[in-house]
Amino acid sequence: MKDMAPVGYDEKTQRLIHDMVAAEARHISGRVVENPECDCKDGMFPARAPTTRRVFLFAAGSSSAAAALLGGRALAEEAPPGAKHFDVPRDPTRQQGRPVAADGYGTRSQFETEVRVRFPTPNENTSWSFTPLDKMQGNLTASGLHFERHHGGTPTIDPARHMLFVHGMVNTPKKFAMVDLKRFPSVTRRHFIECSGNGLTEWNKPTLKTVQGTHGLLSTSEWTGVPFATIAREVGLMDGASWVLAEGSDAAVMTRSIPMEKMLKDALLAYGQNGESIRPEQGYPLRLLLPGFEGNTHIKWLRRLQVSDKPFMTREETSKYTDLMANGKARQFTLEMEAKSVITFPSGEMKLPGPGFYNINGLAWSGRGRVQSVDVSVDAGKTWYPARIDGLPEPICTVRFDFPWMWDGTPAVIQSRCTDETGYIQPTLKQLIAIRGDNGPFGSIYHLNAIQSWAVAADGSVTNVHA
Amino acid sequence: MFTRSAAILAISLAGLSVPAKAHAQAQIHYGFGTAATSEDLEKFFSIPADGSGLPPGSGTAAEGAKVYAESCAACHGDKLEGNPAKGIGGDKLIGGRGTLATKAPIKTVESYWPYATTLFDYIKRTMPFSAPGSLSDAQVYSVVAYILSQANIIKPTEAINATTLPKIEMPNRNGFEPDPRPELDLYR
Repeated sequence: MKDMAPVGYDEKTQRLIHDMVAAEARHISGRVVENPECDCKDGMFPARAPTTRRVFLFAAGSSSAAAALLGGRALAEEAPPGAKHFDVPRDPTRQQGRPVAADGYGTRSQFETEVRVRFPTPNENTSWSFTPLDKMQGNLTASGLHFERHHGGTPTIDPARHMLFVHGMVNTPKKFAMVDLKRFPSVTRRHFIECSGNGLTEWNKPTLKTVQGTHGLLSTSEWTGVPFATIAREVGLMDGASWVLAEGSDAAVMTRSIPMEKMLKDALLAYGQNGESIRPEQGYPLRLLLPGFEGNTHIKWLRRLQVSDKPFMTREETSKYTDLMANGKARQFTLEMEAKSVITFPSGEMKLPGPGFYNINGLAWSGRGRVQSVDVSVDAGKTWYPARIDGLPEPICTVRFDFPWMWDGTPAVIQSRCTDETGYIQPTLKQLIAIRGDNGPFGSIYHLNAIQSWAVAADGSVTNVHA
Repeated sequence: MFTRSAAILAISLAGLSVPAKAHAQAQIHYGFGTAATSEDLEKFFSIPADGSGLPPGSGTAAEGAKVYAESCAACHGDKLEGNPAKGIGGDKLIGGRGTLATKAPIKTVESYWPYATTLFDYIKRTMPFSAPGSLSDAQVYSVVAYILSQANIIKPTEAINATTLPKIEMPNRNGFEPDPRPELDLYR
């Protein structure tokens, strides 16, 4: 894989990747981190210094001094997305805080600045954004940081007017208002969603620098909704019903055909996410959730399910989300996301302050079931040690794993490897490329689930490498 | 899942402590929602490869050239070559035949799309980008005819309608195979 590119990126994708590298560099250089005068660095050890102008605002201390530096510019403007600015008192124990329920719906701390970063596709409506996995804690993704992939922007939908139509090869075609759907018994389950394009920049060489860029099209939420199976009984499935077309209510009127077997196994018509209604970017008021299937099939803003005896061969399942192999044939309906893992700490663009103890940790997941085990290597895959999995793995949900590491200060390459409950072991990039490009370069950027390598240099800096 | 016996069991257990009439019988049908009428459903469409659901009407490449110039060329280029400019990003629509097994595959309607019906469905569904769903069925048939004739898949004189469209043999019709994963090589 040194000389010959394993993936034949088309011109358009090459342009996108080039622009993404630039966008990521801007994001890294512009991101606001901890007070530079504090050595603590909050455990994440970012390699880049914060930009000075904004540091004055976020550093503890007198806000009036900061205001003076800015020539009296309104401080409220400088609160990060999702936050409000409040003056920081010298001693919070010497004055009353803000009133209870001051704004009814909370905001995050003004000191928390991580945001999704958009892939700079030429068109802002048909684009995607990455979850900052390096800043995520625990197992669930904050709803406001859940990755996005839209094909026609985020629509604004009044739930009082939204309807789900279920028709086709059914005995009784029906329509369901949101209030109807919410009367059915619901289930609540934790599942990840991953875009099949997660890591698309990384086939030929290490390209993006951070784990947000390499793996950020992955997010995990607790979803609440009605099983499709319940609705299937309401309308009555006819003999031969074997596929279901799901259609969104966005400007792309996004459609995918889903095998009935999957729909009846665990498909959810979801209206809840992490304890509240689904976010607009995630399909408000209703989305399809297909645990373990590639993200684009989880149709958002769901308005219609048409039962059929065959797939509809929509644009997304013929010309777009198909995987062109080296022999010129394309795999179709490659729906499952296979076992995968990544170390999120330490990861690209962090810098370890020196030899000593580090709690390596990251996320592991599989679209085929539970994570069985996770192994970690600190010598580029020569030796593997079992990691600790935090909590009980749930089906088709991420787990956080960790591994105690006493770094001796010499260069190391750290990796993680997931095994799922089917016994499938996360492959190396070399293995994947050998299979998918068995007679040359191939034309699919999708379904890269290879082991990720981070190199830790003697000076503690961490970079994305192929090892 | 509720079986009949499980439902009966649930009711009898409930009856031990609370008057039975306080409980609904365990349900497998709920009756929520209302019947969808044919008027409700007629605004929807989705066209599988056999062409079922294609609307009446017809179009030609000559008519389609006008529609294309008016509604498509800004994003997809005068020669259907695509436009990567910022704020646009329209895909290249023709060319690329014979490139799929090379180092630089070019995926277009001409080289990659297996069904002409998909083109109709997609354009009617969501094009043009600035005014999705605004083309008439005749305009969609026409612009489909124009793209397919520019791709040398049909003759410029051929009329495209619900009968002819599903019969068009796309160059990459047999270019797809089912998902072979999990890949057996990973178990050696």
